[in-house]
Amino acid sequence: MGSAATALKVEQVAVRFGGLVALSDMNFTVGEGEIVSLIGPNGAGKTTAFNVMTGFLDPTHGCVSYRGTALNGLKPHQIADLGLIRTFQRTSVFPNDTVYDNLLVGLHRQGRVGLFEAILGLPRARSSERRLRERASELVEWVGLARRAHDLAGSLSYGEQRLVGVALALAAEPSMLLLDEPVSGMNASETHTFVQLIRNIRDRGVTILLVEHDMPMVMSVSDRIVVLNYGRIIAEGPPDVIRNDPAVIEAYLGQGASRA
Amino acid sequence: MKLAVTILTIAALASVPLWLRDPYLMNALITTGIFIIGAMSLNLLLGFTGQLSLGHIAFFGIGAYVSALTSLGFDVGLPGGFRIVHEPWPPAVGFVLAIIVAGLCGYLVGLLSFRVRGAYFVIVTISFAEVVRLVALNWVELTQGPLALTNIPSITIGLPALGSLTLRTKLQNYYLVLAVAVATYLLISRLVHSHFGRAMRGLMENETLAVSVGIDVTKTLTLAAVISAGIAGAAGSLYAHYIRIIDPEVFAFINTVTMVIMVITGGKGSLAGPVVGGLIFGLLPVFLRPIMAPEAQWIAYGGVLIVILFVLPRGIVPSLAQRWAKWRSRPHAAGAVSFSERDVKENA
Repeated sequence: MGSAATALKVEQVAVRFGGLVALSDMNFTVGEGEIVSLIGPNGAGKTTAFNVMTGFLDPTHGCVSYRGTALNGLKPHQIADLGLIRTFQRTSVFPNDTVYDNLLVGLHRQGRVGLFEAILGLPRARSSERRLRERASELVEWVGLARRAHDLAGSLSYGEQRLVGVALALAAEPSMLLLDEPVSGMNASETHTFVQLIRNIRDRGVTILLVEHDMPMVMSVSDRIVVLNYGRIIAEGPPDVIRNDPAVIEAYLGQGASRA
Repeated sequence: MKLAVTILTIAALASVPLWLRDPYLMNALITTGIFIIGAMSLNLLLGFTGQLSLGHIAFFGIGAYVSALTSLGFDVGLPGGFRIVHEPWPPAVGFVLAIIVAGLCGYLVGLLSFRVRGAYFVIVTISFAEVVRLVALNWVELTQGPLALTNIPSITIGLPALGSLTLRTKLQNYYLVLAVAVATYLLISRLVHSHFGRAMRGLMENETLAVSVGIDVTKTLTLAAVISAGIAGAAGSLYAHYIRIIDPEVFAFINTVTMVIMVITGGKGSLAGPVVGGLIFGLLPVFLRPIMAPEAQWIAYGGVLIVILFVLPRGIVPSLAQRWAKWRSRPHAAGAVSFSERDVKENA
């Protein structure tokens, strides 16, 4: 930990779908520049928590704030404007566009010029366009997909698509990045490269919240881990503590395991 | 390469009146050109945002009526004993007002329906067109209802140093329509290649992802609807001042369908698509008329439509572009073949 300022604050957040409790009384914070992982068995409420934090879902109760701004009632694109950007488990790319064009869409927040400037092709619009193209090339290079830049994103391997998804999110210039199972479907070497990538992103000053099932990856990359089960936080702490926490072991392996 | 094709096409279209003297064909080309402008505006919505406006003719018709009424003047009573008396203004002002009023209508329809989108947008647009048609039919004091607005003046263009020019002949109107069509093409091209266009494409392909990188759905789609409706209004204005008589039949559903056919066959989401589809289905009736009975013409029309969609399901322009790209990458394939042939020889 050791970081002074709080970036993301989740306070007493609860989500109910009818009678089903997806999240109950969730409280945790993420400090500026931290890498925090949110883990838990399937159906524990991790993706629901992500959806609440990024405005895709309104909490039944409670409040999420980012850098002091309450996110309640904000639309996803407004939350993106605050610098809080997420990736998705499944639909992580625009499949019918090239990788390069995907990143140009991701650069939307950087390219806002007036409508008339764009239509008339005025100098400001043109120089903005040039900047965006340079930035897209840089990003494509940075995530290591330069040679696939002009292939359709939908034609890439699953692991490569996850990389495009992350590059897309980076294009939006996040100050905090929420990654939803980024290494699922990646092989060991791809995962290893990806961990390096996450560290590089953090070193650029981006706070990271990660949802992931790959335990070795989570243990190696996280500063802190938050464990969810049945919509509740059952443990929280650095990887070494979580690894030996009886409640966590029970949640993952069943009751017998913790007694043994 | 693409620029060269565009310039050659414009040059070819501009040269048509030099060798084509037949007034009937010129007339067909002018009305086709006006409908192509409408189809291009429809393509902006359908091809670049994925939203189908099945009431698109409403914006066209509103443009036609606004422009006609601005240049004819009117005197109508409103509830509460008010009267609005409007003296005739130049048709060029009507043209501008047509764009503005149609654009505003596009804004309202977009605002109402883009919260839900998809099928709801289709239904709202159909209903909107029908409501506007009924208003045009029944507000006789303003629109003359089924008696039609007649004697609509031709467009007058003020030229610096040359005085003003009233576009009465087919030749003049042909160039006017061509100029507006080229301007429309450029505008849409610039728009879809800007970050506005990328936002539209992003929303069409993966809305959740687009929203997550900061794209505002309602704003982007409403903007597309306003521009699309404004262009359709401009086309309607050209139509009113060229035909010089309009009645509520301009709002007929078949006119929307014609534009949809032009866009789908030419290739939605391709800039040149509506132009190609528009030329085919705008001019097809002209060539069928001398050789077929009216009933057979419609059958042939449908037949051509089916054949095009069967052979080139994505539309003429995108399908041909794809084949061209494949054909161009053939040299590599040929190289690979000769390489393996050499291997075979060496092995033998």
